[in-house]
Amino acid sequence: MHFFSPVLWQFLVKWLTEFALFPPEASAIAPYMDAFYFFLLLISLVGLVLVGLMVAGFSIMFRKEKNPQATHIEGSTLLEATWTIIPLALFMVCFVWGALLYFRIYNPPTNAMNIYIVGKQWMWKAEHPGGQHEINALHIPVDRDVQLTMISQDVFHSFSIPAFRVKREVIPGRYSTVWFRATQPGTYHLFCTQYCGTLHSAMIGEIVAMSPDDYRKWTVGSTSGQSLAQNGERLYASLGCNSCHSGTAGARGPNLAGIYGSKVTLEGGRTVTADDEFLRGSILNPTTHAMAGYAPIMPTYQGQVSEEGLIDLVEYIKGLDTNDRVHQTLNDSNFSPSQAGATGAAPNYRSRQLTGADQMPDAKPDTSTSKGMGPSPQ
Amino acid sequence: MSTIVRLPNQQDATLPKRSYLNSEYGLKSWLLTGDHKRIAILYLISITFFFFLGGAFAGLIRLELLTPMPDLVASDTYNKLFTMHGIIMVFLFLVPSVPATIGNFVLPIMVGARDLAFPKVNLLSWYLYIVAGIFTVSALVLGGVDTGWTFTTPLSTHYLNTHVITAAMGVFIAGFSSIFTGLNFIVTTHRMRAPGMTWFRLPLFVWSHYAASLLMVLGTPVLAITLVLVALERAFGIGVFDPTKGGDPLLFQHLFWFYSHPAVYIMILPGMGVISEVISTFSRKRVFGYTAVAFSSVAIAVFGFFVWAHHMFIMGVSNYSALVFSLLTMLVAVPSAIKIFNWAATLYKGSITFETPMLYAFGFMGLFTIGGLTGVFLGSLGMDIHLTETYFIVAHFHFVMVGGMLMAYLAGVHFWWPKMTGRMYPESLSRLAAVTTFIGFILTFFPQFVLGYLGMPRRYHAYPPEFQVLNVLSTAGATVLGIGYLMPMIYMTWSLKYGAIAGSNPWQATGLEWQIQSPPPTENFKEIPVVDYEAYDYEWLANKTQHEVTTVG
Amino acid sequence: MDSQTVAARHQDEIAHHEGEHPYYLRHHFETVEQQKEAVSFGMWLFLLTEIMFFGGLFMAYLLYRNWYYDAFVSASNTLGIGLGTTNTAVLIVSSFTMAMGVYCSEMRNRRGLMLSLAATILLGLVFLGIKTIEYHDKYTEHHIPGANFSIEDFVHPADKRDTALAPDMAQHAQIFFFLYFAMTGMHALHMVIGISILFGLLYQASKGAYTNGHTSIIDNFGLYWHFVDIVWIFLFPLLYLISRHPLH
Repeated sequence: MHFFSPVLWQFLVKWLTEFALFPPEASAIAPYMDAFYFFLLLISLVGLVLVGLMVAGFSIMFRKEKNPQATHIEGSTLLEATWTIIPLALFMVCFVWGALLYFRIYNPPTNAMNIYIVGKQWMWKAEHPGGQHEINALHIPVDRDVQLTMISQDVFHSFSIPAFRVKREVIPGRYSTVWFRATQPGTYHLFCTQYCGTLHSAMIGEIVAMSPDDYRKWTVGSTSGQSLAQNGERLYASLGCNSCHSGTAGARGPNLAGIYGSKVTLEGGRTVTADDEFLRGSILNPTTHAMAGYAPIMPTYQGQVSEEGLIDLVEYIKGLDTNDRVHQTLNDSNFSPSQAGATGAAPNYRSRQLTGADQMPDAKPDTSTSKGMGPSPQ
Repeated sequence: MSTIVRLPNQQDATLPKRSYLNSEYGLKSWLLTGDHKRIAILYLISITFFFFLGGAFAGLIRLELLTPMPDLVASDTYNKLFTMHGIIMVFLFLVPSVPATIGNFVLPIMVGARDLAFPKVNLLSWYLYIVAGIFTVSALVLGGVDTGWTFTTPLSTHYLNTHVITAAMGVFIAGFSSIFTGLNFIVTTHRMRAPGMTWFRLPLFVWSHYAASLLMVLGTPVLAITLVLVALERAFGIGVFDPTKGGDPLLFQHLFWFYSHPAVYIMILPGMGVISEVISTFSRKRVFGYTAVAFSSVAIAVFGFFVWAHHMFIMGVSNYSALVFSLLTMLVAVPSAIKIFNWAATLYKGSITFETPMLYAFGFMGLFTIGGLTGVFLGSLGMDIHLTETYFIVAHFHFVMVGGMLMAYLAGVHFWWPKMTGRMYPESLSRLAAVTTFIGFILTFFPQFVLGYLGMPRRYHAYPPEFQVLNVLSTAGATVLGIGYLMPMIYMTWSLKYGAIAGSNPWQATGLEWQIQSPPPTENFKEIPVVDYEAYDYEWLANKTQHEVTTVG
Repeated sequence: MDSQTVAARHQDEIAHHEGEHPYYLRHHFETVEQQKEAVSFGMWLFLLTEIMFFGGLFMAYLLYRNWYYDAFVSASNTLGIGLGTTNTAVLIVSSFTMAMGVYCSEMRNRRGLMLSLAATILLGLVFLGIKTIEYHDKYTEHHIPGANFSIEDFVHPADKRDTALAPDMAQHAQIFFFLYFAMTGMHALHMVIGISILFGLLYQASKGAYTNGHTSIIDNFGLYWHFVDIVWIFLFPLLYLISRHPLH
């Protein structure tokens, strides 16, 4: 055949050997998803064959030549009941199975490792808590529960990993989460599956699942030197959060140490859990998140902090157990709230903890003094 | 193969001297007509035009997807292609196809009336449709729109600089065309049935159109106001749907899908009505379980209003509301299943022939079953996570809309062609076209299910190379499908001049439309008939024909 | 036109002259009763679609009022209650005059009908005039969402008894005003269409078209006019009245 046309032959060979028919099963949930899929395929096949046999069978058995006179049959309540109840029952099985699977995928386990994803036209940014930043790629360890907390900077996107059988919309304005547990090391497709404009089809990337050792090596090698929480700590001080949220008695703002995950009472009596969404929302829309017992005087930071900055702050507050370091930044600085608010510039203070006295928020961090800062909060 | 077609003697048969086609001459008599039959023909011509326009875009899309690289057109152009394909096919083809062409033509005759309740409103509907078409073509000519047919915010409101408002206004106007058609059908069915034509003596075609009209009338206005809000937001930079200004993009999703889900039932129900008529006629039997099929149509319409958020399962709706919508989605699947089984049971002990409309009906049964069952895949929450926003969705809706609805439309056009034109189309050619369409369709869209499970996203201009084989199969099928659709265009046009004279009832069907001449006179009936027999009463028909023969002799 | 059509038309003319059926009976209807019922049914259905149409806006209002309660309260209080109440009264009276028109049409009172229709037009125009004044006020007060909008009035309210809003909440007042303009604007558009039709009806009424037994057009237009009134009856409390500060 190859003397026919070398090009055509190459094409054929390539096609026949390189095409895919089924995605790899690379996560813990994938086999469950596939099992459900095969069940659905099975009942569809049965249904289709049944209808096909009825249509083909009856039209051959009762074609005009064989049956010149049609027999009027009004109906049969029994048959109606049968073919109502049996499909309904099968669909209910699908409903229950599907619901269980859904709740499994969208309810992350409590000790999952959290990675932040920011989607924007037309790229994915992954932010590991240890400060590793990736573009259009995500390195993860296998056999570890990984939760993704995602947000969009502009329009709707959707984070999809077919090999893991997970997907979630990435929405502007609030966090969405999904979790998975990779089981097979390898490189898998990452797609944006919600149409988002010109380069929607280019908003793709790689999910790299690695053995725990390889992952450890990777984290060490790719860190920017600052964990997200460390960045958050700097932002917290430079934006002046520490002046109201100092944790001292009589402070203007509520104490944020240990607030993550706790129940808070809002102005108006409602009680909510202070999760990621709440923390982010409080920074952008403080008036709608005003806590009971505090005057609603917190200014909004909409437009002043990027999504990455918000992630840093949220990550910082999540790990905030005590206000010791907050006090320290207040104590040995000639810092006043009006400075940060008015100019947005980092105040001029000496701090033993923070790196670089004149770093701007979100600036490229200085990697020199990252030692002695302690492990990044998880 | 035997046939039930009975044509008058072709040697001395002629078209009736006076019919709705020649009662008046001149362009004005067509453009200012109140005659539902003429309006149906006007729609037929305009809908066919838009079908081919939308189809051309589909062809370009499939051509681009032959290769994994984005090499045929620029990305923006590709985005405009699939957007225009969607807008034109959904709003300018599928929604009006059966109701506005076939429904307009036969519904009044089927109930025994001289016209629809509001002929001028009917004409207005057509003009609104044309204006909507002009807006859409303008958007196209001015550079296109690339929001996707779903106009998702905030992309469509703040992140694109294409002609979104023009296109949105086109859809808005098309919506009102649809509302007025539905309004007309509902009032006609309620108030203009002939004496003796009780609800349960109506052909199932009327029941389906009634149910679809309920959806048109109640659902479409919500789309209209949603598009107005999008246009206002775009024009004045307000943030109703923009989170940076305090708005909620999910509000748009709820409002949009509140119409757009019932919209799919607006599209399919009239097609199902056609299938009832065709299966009955070519089995020579009353539809099995008439009452069940009639009530199923209404049930689909009612349930169809309560499932919209199944388009939003992964978008951040609460898990519990997702649960409710998934449950309701399972419920709405049941009446469609009931109908398929009832149609299949109609074949039992029938006397079946395989004319073209019946071939299309069989194609419908198979393809709609597949499409509908894959809907159950998608309505199952967990499965939807993996399958949503992929080619599985594309395959699903093309199976129900093209394999289902478009086949039903073609079945209907072929079935009522003799009534509308007085002529028969060439049967062997039409059978060939039907089979070609069926084969081409499966080749085009079945590989897309596989692509969907693999994870290939929809609306993608480029894709990973290992997906190429399936895409090439799909494009090959599209070529065959295109030929299958071009063929009727050609032979139907041919038949207008050279087709055999059909006579009033070539299919020997029951139904009031077959008891009058082909083409019908403008006033439909010399005298309004008094109905004292059930629908699909083939014995009554046999008696009547015999009676005619004996008295004429 | 062939002989059969000519014959049919001739029959019709004879029927008309003999009063077999009134001139306004359309030929696709069998009886005047059927026509009346069909037209009325059609109008009710159309009004149902209008309810669904406005429904989307009410849905958006519901959501954002829930989210931004404080901003909505403050913004709502900047609307002039006097003008709003006057408008409500004007519309209710116009519904009355319209109902009088329907009565006159049934009583075959041509002058009465013309007066009623004219009064309805006048009141409708008064409504639109007051609306224009209100819109203009919003413009001068910088409450029009978008480029014109200023949060000053909400962050530093002139009247010390009004609650000051935080700047981020004050921005959300724009959503209130957007919905205010969208809802009252859509309502006003329906008023404009109604008034235009009223002019046409007035002209036809002057020729006696609706006082000879053919009441259904006035009947059904009355339904439309009452519907527009009812929409306002819903808009007024939602936009002007609820959470109103006591008058001071």
